[in-house]
Amino acid sequence: MNLHLAGGRIIDPANNRDEIGDILVQDGVVKQVGRVDAGQADVKRIDCAGKVVAPGLIDIHVHLRVPGQEYKEDVASGTAAAAAGGFTAIACQPNTQPPIDRAGIVRQIAELAVGASARVHVIAAVSIGLEHKELVEMAELKDAGAVAVGDDAFPVQDSGFLRRAMEYCHMLDLPYIAHCEDKSLTGDGVMSEGYVSTVLGLKGIPRWAENIGTARNAQLAMATGCHLHVLHVSTKESVEIVRQAKRLGAPITAETCPQYVSATDEACIGYNTNAKMSPPLRTKEDQDAIKEGLADGTLDLIATDHAPHAAHEKEREFALAPFGMIGLETSLGLVITHLVKPGVITLAQMVDKMSTQPARLLGVPGGSLGVGDVADITVFDPDLQWTVNPAVFKSKSRNTIYGGTELTGKAVATIVGGRLIESAS
Amino acid sequence: MRRKDLLDIETLEPSEIEYLLDNATSFREILARPVKKVPTLRGKSVATIFFEASTRTRTSFEHAAKIMSADTYSLAGATSSIVKGESLKDTMLTLDAMGIDAFVIRHAYSGAAAQAASYVPHKPVINAGDGTHEHPTQGLLDMLTIRQAKGRIEGLTVTIVGDIAHSRVARSNIWGLSKMGASVRIVGPSTLIPADADKLPVSVYTNLEEALEGADVVNVLRIQLERMTVGYFPSIREYARLFGVSKARLAVAKPDVTVLHPGPMNRGVEIASELADDPEISVITDQVTNGVAIRMATLFWLMGAST
Repeated sequence: MNLHLAGGRIIDPANNRDEIGDILVQDGVVKQVGRVDAGQADVKRIDCAGKVVAPGLIDIHVHLRVPGQEYKEDVASGTAAAAAGGFTAIACQPNTQPPIDRAGIVRQIAELAVGASARVHVIAAVSIGLEHKELVEMAELKDAGAVAVGDDAFPVQDSGFLRRAMEYCHMLDLPYIAHCEDKSLTGDGVMSEGYVSTVLGLKGIPRWAENIGTARNAQLAMATGCHLHVLHVSTKESVEIVRQAKRLGAPITAETCPQYVSATDEACIGYNTNAKMSPPLRTKEDQDAIKEGLADGTLDLIATDHAPHAAHEKEREFALAPFGMIGLETSLGLVITHLVKPGVITLAQMVDKMSTQPARLLGVPGGSLGVGDVADITVFDPDLQWTVNPAVFKSKSRNTIYGGTELTGKAVATIVGGRLIESAS
Repeated sequence: MRRKDLLDIETLEPSEIEYLLDNATSFREILARPVKKVPTLRGKSVATIFFEASTRTRTSFEHAAKIMSADTYSLAGATSSIVKGESLKDTMLTLDAMGIDAFVIRHAYSGAAAQAASYVPHKPVINAGDGTHEHPTQGLLDMLTIRQAKGRIEGLTVTIVGDIAHSRVARSNIWGLSKMGASVRIVGPSTLIPADADKLPVSVYTNLEEALEGADVVNVLRIQLERMTVGYFPSIREYARLFGVSKARLAVAKPDVTVLHPGPMNRGVEIASELADDPEISVITDQVTNGVAIRMATLFWLMGAST
C-alpha cells in the first residue's frame, strides 16, 4: 500500500524543511515531497491537516529486556509501545540476561524484530557479562548488526579498562554509549541526595556521582578520539561538563530524558517506587540547566530510558524496588508539554533531537525525509490534549509516575518502512 | 480528629500531638495501679510485626495493648514467613484476612510502614520505626517526658546529639518539638549530618560545646558502632572524645538541664554512666514508662472510638 500524507506541516531538519505539504510514500521509501497529485490508484490518503509530519522518532535508550526478562517486555510489546508513542525505531540496551555480549544474541534480537512494530537496533555490551574484565568481540558484533557498544546500568568503574575499550571502539568506528556514574559515591543510595531524601530517610545518591563519571568519560573521549555518547544527563553540572568538553573539541554527544525536565525528587514523596530511577530525579535547578542545554545544543538528543519492570517488582520497599521507569508512550507528550509549548525548544529542534540526531549518532536509516529516504515517518498532533492512562499502554509494564497526567501532543500515525503501524483515526 | 494510621510526626497537627500527650498523661495513671487492666480494647486484636529486631519497643507496644485488654500477636522477621521471601504486601493481606484489627510495624527500610498501611486501607497501622525515616511513638514519648520534666515544650532549647543522618528518632523529635514551639539543635560528626539538614526546622552544629550552650534538654542518640567500620568516624574513642555527653560537658547547658536517651545505651561512648544514672538530670527510665502510656494513647486514638 502506498501512502499519501496530505497537507501536514512537514518538519524535516535534515533537509531544512518546515512547510505545509504532501508526502508520497511508495515501495517503502519517500517518493515525493511537497506537492502530490490526489486520486492516484492504489494510494491510501491520510489527511494530515493540522498535524506535523516528521521523520520517524528514534529512541536510542530502551531496555527491551530481551533476552531473559520477557515478563517485563519483549520485542512485540516493546515495539508496539514504541509505535504507539510515535517511535519508528528503538535501540535496545545490553543489560539483559544474559547481556548482549556475543553476535548470536544480536542475531536473535534481529530475528525477533522481523515484522515488529518498530525497527530494533542493538547496542552491545562493552564486556563479557558486563563484568568489565574482558572486552567483547566487537568486530564480530558489529558484523552481526550491533550499532554501538556501551555499559548502561553497569557503568565501567575501572578507567584503565574503559580507556582500552574506547580505543578499540574508535578503531572500529563504533560510538561508546556511556552510563556516567562513580558507583563509590552512589553506594546503596536510592534517590537523589538532598532535603527530600533527608526527610524521607532514604539513602541519597549525590549529584557528584554522575558529574565525576561524566567528566572522566569526557576526558577519555578526548584522549582516545572515540565518540562518547553520554546517556541520561540529569544534573546541571553534567550539562556544563558536556558543554565544556564540546568547546574543547571532544567527540561527544549527550542526551537527557523527558522525566528530567518534567519531574523532581519530590516525586519520591510517599515512597512512590515508580519514581525510583538511575540517575535519580533531581531538582528544579537541574531542570532549568537541562532545558538551557537542550536549547543551546549542548544536549543533542532526547531519549526515554524506557525501563520496564513488573508490578510485583515495583510494589516493594523503596530500597528494594528496582530502578527505572517506562517512557515510550509518554515521551512525545512530555516533550511537547514541557519543552515545546513553554518555548524552550521549537518543534524543529524537537524533531532534530528525537529523530535526526539519534539516526546520525547510530548511523542507522531514518531521521530524514528526503526523496529516496526510507519511509519511517511519525505524524503527530502537537495540540492534542490527552490524559495518560497506563492501563491502555502497549508495554507489558506500567511503571510510570505519569498516570493521570494531562499532556499535550500525541502521535496519530506511525509509519515504518512505508507500513502504517499505528493510526489513531 | 481521627486518622487511620500513625506513620510519622511530620504530618501531625500540633493539636493532635497535644491530644496524644494529654491522653498519655491520663493513661500513665493506670500504669501506677496495682491492677493494670482497662477494658477499652476488649475483643480487639493487635499484631506487632517486627521485621527488624527490637525487644523494648515491641514489649512496650504489647504491654500497652494488653493493659487495654486487646489480644496481641507478635511476628518477628526470623520466625515468620518473611524469611521464606513473602512480600510485605502478602504479609499484610494475610493478617488482614485473619481479622487482625491493628498493626504495629517495625521495619529496616524507610517507608515500609506507609506501604504496609496502603495494603490495609481500612485498618490502623502504627509505625514502630521504619528505617532511617521516623519513629513517631518515640518522638511522642520524648515530648511527653520533656513536658513532664519541664512543664512545657514551647520555648525550650533541645539539643539532639549523635548520628542524625541515620536516626529515625532524631527525625521524629525534630518535627514534633519544632511543631510544639521548641528550638531544636542537632549536633554530630559532619559525616553523620544529613544532606540539606539546614533546611529542616533546626540549627546545625558540629561542635558539642556550642550546641549544648544554654540547652534546656539534651537528647543523646545511640551511636551504632558499626558505622565506624564504614568510615563515618575513625574510632569509638574519638567519637566519645568529640561527642560523648558527660556532666562536665553539660556545664555550659542550663543548670537544670534534662537528659534523654532512647536506649539501648552505649555507656561510656555517647553518654557517661554517671550522667545516665543521675536522677537529677537523667529521665531515661521515665521515657520507658511514658513509652507505654504513649502507645496506649496511640492505640486508643486509632482503635478506641470505633466500637
